[in-house]
Amino acid sequence: MSDFARFRGTTTYLTSDALEAAVNCALVLERPLLVRGEPGTGKTLLAEAASEALDLPLIRWNVKSTTRAQDGLYVYDTVQRLYDSRFQDKDVGDIRQYIKLGPMGEAFASERRVVLLIDEIDKADVEFPNDLLNELDRMRFFIDELQEEVVARQRPVVIITSNAEKELPDAFLRRCVFHFIDFPTPELMAGILRVHHPDLDERLAEQAIEAFYELRTMKRLRKRPSTSELVDWIAVLRAAGVADVKLSAALPFLGTLLKKEQDLVAFADQLAGGGRWRS
Amino acid sequence: MFLPFLYELRARGVPVGTTEAVQLARALEAGLHQQSLDGFYHVARALFVHREGHLDDFDQAFLKVFRGVEVASKELKDDLLQWLRDAAQIEGELTEEERALLENLDPEELERLFEERLREQKERHDGGNKWIGTAGTSPFGHSGKAKRAGIRVGGPGGGRSAIRTADARLYAGYRQDLTLDVRQMQIALRKLRTYARAGGDEELDLDGTIAATAKNAGELEVVVRPPRRPNTRVILMMDVGGSMDPFALLCSRLFSAAKKSTHFKELRTYYFHNCVYGRVYETERFTDPIRVNDLLHECGPHYKLICVGDALMAPYELLSAGGAISHDGEERAEGITWLMRLRNHFRKSVWLNPEPPRYWEGNTIEHVRSVFDMFPLTLEGLGEAMAHLLRGR
Repeated sequence: MSDFARFRGTTTYLTSDALEAAVNCALVLERPLLVRGEPGTGKTLLAEAASEALDLPLIRWNVKSTTRAQDGLYVYDTVQRLYDSRFQDKDVGDIRQYIKLGPMGEAFASERRVVLLIDEIDKADVEFPNDLLNELDRMRFFIDELQEEVVARQRPVVIITSNAEKELPDAFLRRCVFHFIDFPTPELMAGILRVHHPDLDERLAEQAIEAFYELRTMKRLRKRPSTSELVDWIAVLRAAGVADVKLSAALPFLGTLLKKEQDLVAFADQLAGGGRWRS
Repeated sequence: MFLPFLYELRARGVPVGTTEAVQLARALEAGLHQQSLDGFYHVARALFVHREGHLDDFDQAFLKVFRGVEVASKELKDDLLQWLRDAAQIEGELTEEERALLENLDPEELERLFEERLREQKERHDGGNKWIGTAGTSPFGHSGKAKRAGIRVGGPGGGRSAIRTADARLYAGYRQDLTLDVRQMQIALRKLRTYARAGGDEELDLDGTIAATAKNAGELEVVVRPPRRPNTRVILMMDVGGSMDPFALLCSRLFSAAKKSTHFKELRTYYFHNCVYGRVYETERFTDPIRVNDLLHECGPHYKLICVGDALMAPYELLSAGGAISHDGEERAEGITWLMRLRNHFRKSVWLNPEPPRYWEGNTIEHVRSVFDMFPLTLEGLGEAMAHLLRGR
């Protein structure tokens, strides 16, 4: 067996064999890891866990709808340079001070190996992933203004997250190690709850999980509650001193689980309609 | 073993090629699969599958190729499974020497030994180091203490075996060739978005600023430009009633997905029955008719036309003039002529058909296909159709 650092999860992040295999593949092959799954299944947390477990610093790049690939590499602040040129108080001949590295640029320039998280890549324009292909492949880019090339000294561990709802380009997908995070089974969910609420009452946990999975089977929900909502809900229940919960119209703090008005209405409807659950 | 697997995947439409094969080889070389079929399943899945739509195909291919490898299932007797089910408690840790004794067997050897021992073994066995049983250090059985490759035989446990995971077909729900829900349709339709700069000034135009400043003899002159706005106009025409009734739910989903999409500059929806003749209607009940000629006049060729229908009808409805109820004082033309007119007017058009492609031969669908580019109304088909609408933009 080779001697690379293997990822095995951390005390606060529970993994599965499949997830570990995927992370380790990405580590060995030095390919980006693309993680997809329902919202709230811990995609972003994976990068934090990997950074902690492998003891590497984490650099985040939160992608927005307006983000361009170039923003991740570097930004050249022309306007500042123009302004400075009017007052002559700085050396505008030194372009370097107007070049600011983006998250990806920083990850490449770093002395140490880092974990680079490209969060929610699907939020940006459809062409965004394609624009990153070359940089991710070769782990280097060129700064035109300086005529300099930034080359990664240590290929960063790249973790990319995407919601399950949007298609990414084929060429991009084929360069990534892929992992789809399943929704946790009730058993795993119990484990996850123990991590977040170590002194949680067993009975409350059991009831909450049961109500939660029942709720998820409701077909009419627009947005089904996910792990993070369950964790929040239990925090609220505990703070309010609720000792046991049963699935009923008066489910306490329902608003933490169901975030859409239509869902709350659908929920009330379903219970009023004779308590039959699965429509 | 692996090459047939690769070709099986390709046959099922999972795009794997040399790159993936080489990556798998490197991963196996690094020992990522931990010498087990389960490990191999996870590693191969991470490398070969690039989207959740292919997970189910992968599972099925895996089952087909590797089912025979699972010697356990075919050889096991019920009582053996029974011993294994109620595992004995594990007591004590292994000593260093014991651990050292446990040699790492290669898979074929392991498989051979397993079958051999299965033949010799006549009774339940717990805690030993050779026989198939529980809590022991033999490579066979479960709840064992040996941290190394072996064959797990039945028994409860947190981890699923690869074959069982594959067999459960957990990812069937993510297949893309099945028909779809509103959300999936919306996502597919989102591909249609294109942008144009128009409207109010809001965004800083850097290049423009530099040029203007230079012209202004170095005095800073900031230039702004309009932000990008959606620039796609879509006409959706749907066949309702009659042979389309079985697909009513599907079509209403497509309709609501399209209505909810905010990235179109304009979306017009019309209805027709069986085939488009002189008029299309704004409601499902065929009220508020609009003449197709007027429509073509109003909407330029840059609109994208999406027709939805099964294109199944009596041949005369499509091919003879006045095949449907005629309207007074209007030109009488064959249905197919109207379809061609639509097709020729718009630069980009597609026909989505909820009937599976295997029924697309030897009926009126064939004629409609000769006019429109037809795609099945599945997630994959919808995606292809959207790509088709964007092509050559």
